[in-house]
Amino acid sequence: MDEALLRTLTPTVIGVLVRRGADFAAAEDAVQEALVEALRVWAGEPPRDAKGWLVTVAWRKFLDAARADGSRRRREELVEGEPVPGPGEAVDDTLRLYFLCAHPSLTPASAVALTLRAVGGLTTRQIAQAYLVPEATMAQRISRAKRTVSSVRFNQPGDVATVLRVLYLVFNEGYSGDVDLAAEAIRLTRQLAAKTGHEEVAGLLALMLLHHARRPARTGPDGRLVPLAEQDRSLWDTCLIAEGVDILQAALARDRLGEFQAQAAVAALHADARTAEETDWVQIVEWYDELVRLTGNPVARLNRAVAVGEADGPRAGLAALADLDPALPRYAAAAAYLHERDGDPATAARLYAEAARSAPNLPECDHLMRQAARLNARLRGGAAT
Amino acid sequence: MMAKYLLLKHYRGAPAPANDVPMDRWAPEEISAHVKYMEDFASRLEETGEFVDAQALSMEGTFVRYDGEGRPPVTDGPFAETKDLIAGWMMIDVETYERALDLAAELSAAPGAGGKPIHEWIEVRPFLTAPPTITE
Repeated sequence: MDEALLRTLTPTVIGVLVRRGADFAAAEDAVQEALVEALRVWAGEPPRDAKGWLVTVAWRKFLDAARADGSRRRREELVEGEPVPGPGEAVDDTLRLYFLCAHPSLTPASAVALTLRAVGGLTTRQIAQAYLVPEATMAQRISRAKRTVSSVRFNQPGDVATVLRVLYLVFNEGYSGDVDLAAEAIRLTRQLAAKTGHEEVAGLLALMLLHHARRPARTGPDGRLVPLAEQDRSLWDTCLIAEGVDILQAALARDRLGEFQAQAAVAALHADARTAEETDWVQIVEWYDELVRLTGNPVARLNRAVAVGEADGPRAGLAALADLDPALPRYAAAAAYLHERDGDPATAARLYAEAARSAPNLPECDHLMRQAARLNARLRGGAAT
Repeated sequence: MMAKYLLLKHYRGAPAPANDVPMDRWAPEEISAHVKYMEDFASRLEETGEFVDAQALSMEGTFVRYDGEGRPPVTDGPFAETKDLIAGWMMIDVETYERALDLAAELSAAPGAGGKPIHEWIEVRPFLTAPPTITE
């Protein structure tokens, strides 16, 4: 059974039902039911017209539900008004769904859940597993989200930036449960890129591909975090890198820079270096300058300070860091790294231990603790001689 | 009859363990060995059908309380040094109380500085269950 094909068809079929007069929430429920039935009935071989099959079944499910609601009259009106199914498929239905599911009235968590279900075609159970919450909780989150957007007109144009933020969140969630959210985010962004010519969609897609390419090298065999400089670069996926770079270059050539293109440019420069020593830090600093100019984001400033430390030496990096708020996430880790490079292992060890205590996840905490331990062991060795 | 227990690890608030060296003073390989021991312990319990859940908690936490209608919640800021601070938990579902104690002891034997067991004090807390159907 080709689950991937089914999931690709999900937004299209929802679009067809909505154009026939179903409201979005009911259409989405009906298509979920049709998907479940397809998984059961198709058994290894999808029908020749998979989309037609899904539309027929989903429409029947919708009418059944409408009848169960007692709105027979509405159902009859709909059946009479039903357009003749034909080749007149609106390419933009999928695009409209992206906008609806990322509507600014939704919280980020709701927008993520709704996008994964209505655009991605994942089941509520799969989404719940991926985000480590009970299925009933996720079901509530999705149905509340649908209620929130129920008054939004389906054909209302949306802001692509809100969609990109949602896809970025999905990608960054990484990997837990049986759904690979990073791969799913890439699939959804690829699909979006095929429907819009927006430079930032291309920028985000390139950013995702370039980061995804490094995934096999990012964790060691024992599950520990491997920092960029220590990664085995032969494990990087060169096909993904080539694709990411191509997409980025085409976007940059159109001269409408945005934050995702700038971030992707940094990732591309890392991908371009055969060894950590060959990294073009001067160019990376320039891209972080662009990023800071575009967003003013303090996290971009922090990353810039680390890059300055590589390009112009640790003292320059520490000077750049001095302008920032020490309460920023990963400030202590960045300071520790720069102090070690500046030849002050005692301060670095103290800061690494401090960074470990405020680390947002366990692998990062273990990694920072190991850095502190490494320096403390060296300091003890030094005292003995 | 299966019963659930919470095995609690403390950053602070438990009696000091025998092998009491802060983690940043261990050798890096000792940290790796410790992490591996904990992961292996959890996978073994999954295999025996006794594992329910395990979570690690951040070292930072805050006490919060209601301060009356229309007022923002009151916080006492980060925990003072003397307050109890839970590091994480493992929830297990086991046949007997003795089994829960044995597993807690195994957790307490996780290697620390010098590769030797930490002898950390683990708190074992039974869950209160739903009342049984037959009571007389």
